[in-house]
Amino acid sequence: MADLRNNFVGIKSPNPFWLASAPPTDKAYNVERAFKAGWGGVVWKTLGEAGPPIVNVNGPRYGALYGADRRLLGFNNIELITDRDLQTNLREIKQVKMNWPDRAMIVSIMVPCDEESWKAILPVVEETGADGIELNFGCPHGMSERGMGAAVGQVPEYIEMVVRWCKQYSRMPVITKLTPNVTDIRKPARAAKAGGTDAVSLINTINSIISVDLDNFSPQPSIDGRGSHGGYCGPAAKPIALHMVAEIARDAETYGMPISGIGGVTTWRDAAEFMALGAGNVQVCTAAMTYGFKIVEEMISGLSNWMDEKGHATLDDFAGRAVRNVSDWQYLNLNYIAKARIDQDLCISCGRCHIVCEDTSHQAIMKEKDGKRHFEVLDNECVGCNLCVSVCPVEDCITMEQLAPGSIDERTGRIVTGDYANWTTHPNNPMAKPVAEPAE
Amino acid sequence: MAEGLFKEGVAAGRLAPSQYADNFSDLHPPLIRHEALVEADRCYFCYDAPCLNACPTSIDIPLFIREISTGNPLGAAETIFEQNILGGMCARVCPTEQLCEEACVRMEAEGKPVKIGLLQRYATDIAMEEEKQFFTRAPETGKQVAVVGAGPAGLAAAHRLAMHGHTVTILDAREKAGGLNEYGIASYKSTNDFAQAEVDYVTAIGGITIRTGQILGEHFSLADLTRDHDAVFLGLGLGGVNALRAEGEAAEGVENAVDFIAELRQATDLASLPIGRRVVVIGGGMTAIDAAVQAKLLGADEVTIAYRRGKENMNASEFEQDLAASKGVNIRHWMAPVRVISENGKVIGIELEHTTLVDGSLKGTGDRALVAADQVFKAIGQTLATDGEGLILAGGKIEVDAEGKTSMAKVWAGGDCATGGDDLTVTAVAEGRDAAESIHRMLMS
Repeated sequence: MADLRNNFVGIKSPNPFWLASAPPTDKAYNVERAFKAGWGGVVWKTLGEAGPPIVNVNGPRYGALYGADRRLLGFNNIELITDRDLQTNLREIKQVKMNWPDRAMIVSIMVPCDEESWKAILPVVEETGADGIELNFGCPHGMSERGMGAAVGQVPEYIEMVVRWCKQYSRMPVITKLTPNVTDIRKPARAAKAGGTDAVSLINTINSIISVDLDNFSPQPSIDGRGSHGGYCGPAAKPIALHMVAEIARDAETYGMPISGIGGVTTWRDAAEFMALGAGNVQVCTAAMTYGFKIVEEMISGLSNWMDEKGHATLDDFAGRAVRNVSDWQYLNLNYIAKARIDQDLCISCGRCHIVCEDTSHQAIMKEKDGKRHFEVLDNECVGCNLCVSVCPVEDCITMEQLAPGSIDERTGRIVTGDYANWTTHPNNPMAKPVAEPAE
Repeated sequence: MAEGLFKEGVAAGRLAPSQYADNFSDLHPPLIRHEALVEADRCYFCYDAPCLNACPTSIDIPLFIREISTGNPLGAAETIFEQNILGGMCARVCPTEQLCEEACVRMEAEGKPVKIGLLQRYATDIAMEEEKQFFTRAPETGKQVAVVGAGPAGLAAAHRLAMHGHTVTILDAREKAGGLNEYGIASYKSTNDFAQAEVDYVTAIGGITIRTGQILGEHFSLADLTRDHDAVFLGLGLGGVNALRAEGEAAEGVENAVDFIAELRQATDLASLPIGRRVVVIGGGMTAIDAAVQAKLLGADEVTIAYRRGKENMNASEFEQDLAASKGVNIRHWMAPVRVISENGKVIGIELEHTTLVDGSLKGTGDRALVAADQVFKAIGQTLATDGEGLILAGGKIEVDAEGKTSMAKVWAGGDCATGGDDLTVTAVAEGRDAAESIHRMLMS
């Protein structure tokens, strides 16, 4: 039985599944339910400074992007940080941590970008007995208009400055949460490291307008006929998050810095992928907000069974294993040649592979053979692009298969050498070097 | 409970009054919006879709389902009606399990096709309820076309001809237009007077006059029509019924299944319709099933279908056979009628003989069985009710070419009365539509 216990910058939890700072972690009632359901930890919804609480809109806060059968693929929100009184939150955090000593309790914080504000809040959070803090430098809407959240996260110098204050005025581990609404995610990550952060977490939500009401032409969620941009998350955001996590994991300056992976984690597979790309654990929000807390049971069971099957005894056994395989395009092996193969027994003859290849790609899939409906790859046209695999409704019906060295690529007429060769030495590259640089 | 349930002989009111409405309600209740959206999401939008190719009217099924899924049911209805102006009735009566749904790739994938028929009904119902018309007439051409028969073939032909600007007169023998849609389909397949609503919807394009009670060979002749019109389309169906060729079939209680079905469809009070306690239906097609199931639904105690060949030879679809079985109809294969037994001129039973194939031809085995019956319905096929009025016939039907042209100049034919194609509503629509296009080409050349 795989050991799912997680140790993230010294913070221990029975499994690597935390709930991200968001509505599910706004109060004791929800967090107690989450812990009962089996979640390893929570990041309490972001606290602001003492004083009159934040005000939220009183109309819709969320909008959804649907897939087939109204499956929620993407989600956005215009909710702000907690709108509950600071003292109430602190009291509840302390009580819940006492009730659940084995679970991770992280407190998310966002206060104005001045030293006094941070100096004021850190001790009162520390007094709760929480295991650590997460700096909300990511919230892209509302708070950012007031110089907080993403407004800080988009300026590396501010990140470094605030992280430094937090390390100076608190003994708690600091996790710096990054916004994806930047050009190069490595810059804020490097700044957080320079400030002394213990870890980064990412991604926060992405700037988004989820949809437009075509009756009144209001962006949604619509507040009295108007809409504001919101923060986008959910399964559709996962690829963006994976890329950013990987960029930080493989960056020379931040290599080895602990990462808490966030962004569309919905199943154990998503979690395993984030962790393989360098995340030490994952945080979940949208999936819980879509299905409730029970989904963690599937995540625990699925991850555990997969680890057993693959012989990974602990999380560390596979954590970061994919990082070394993330490469710049220029180092990809141009002599690796694959062709699509259609399993005729699995094929249901929908013809989608044919029409997408015919209309939009390489005219490499025939539609009939001997006068009958039949879909088969033409090796002399197939460039191995994977479009057909991507659109096929039947799993494993179309696969990409590598041409063995020595065989002939019918498209080019050349023999497959099996030698590694990349763009850096390719004759078509005006910048080509005489000897190939090895992949990193 | 109904005290008449076990009344001997032929009697009305076998069921409690409320049960009739239950028994004859919609066989497949329409999809609500949510169900339609869930089902539409199952469509893969196949290339050169097998369902489309399996549809006799070539409705662009993937396109109309995609239109439903994007919240555009009127667009879906237009896609359907472009190919099949009787798409509403076809959605109800098509044997989809043998046509589009059998071809659906999800049959191959998981044995459960997209419910194409119900989706088609969803879209067409919305358009018809909104009285949304998608087609307008071309400028009047001044050409006159006569259409004989206001059934699926005739209506489809008339609509297409009117659309092209021709003036159409439909002559129909019955009191009401609609043909088999009105008179020949089980009640639970076409509820709420849908056939008449569809006639109104189709003719709303304008340029179509329907004259009912006009019988070919009695009130007018084909020669009259060709003399007074630029073209004639014959879609008169099969008005005659094959005889059993069994001894004693003149007995009281031996009836044509099509008459029983028509009478039931036209009845205002089902409780007043007499039905036998024991009913035998002879035949193996849709008509036999419709008659047998409805006999059962009217409260008949024992209903038996006797078919002279095997299950695999039945013209009724497997779904229809299962439907009959689920309603308690006993289907007996390889049994042919030999003799109707009567007492005081009324049928009391039928003698059947087991059959078998000998060198490919059907032979009686000599082994016989007596089945008690108060009513015997004949459903062994219909015949052309005209001598052809000079047209060349083939196999008892009006001979036509691929475009629906008959042996006579200016005369086209389609639907059940003509050669070619299965005797299905949807096939009749396709033939009527295509003949109209052929007529139009001739008229405009």
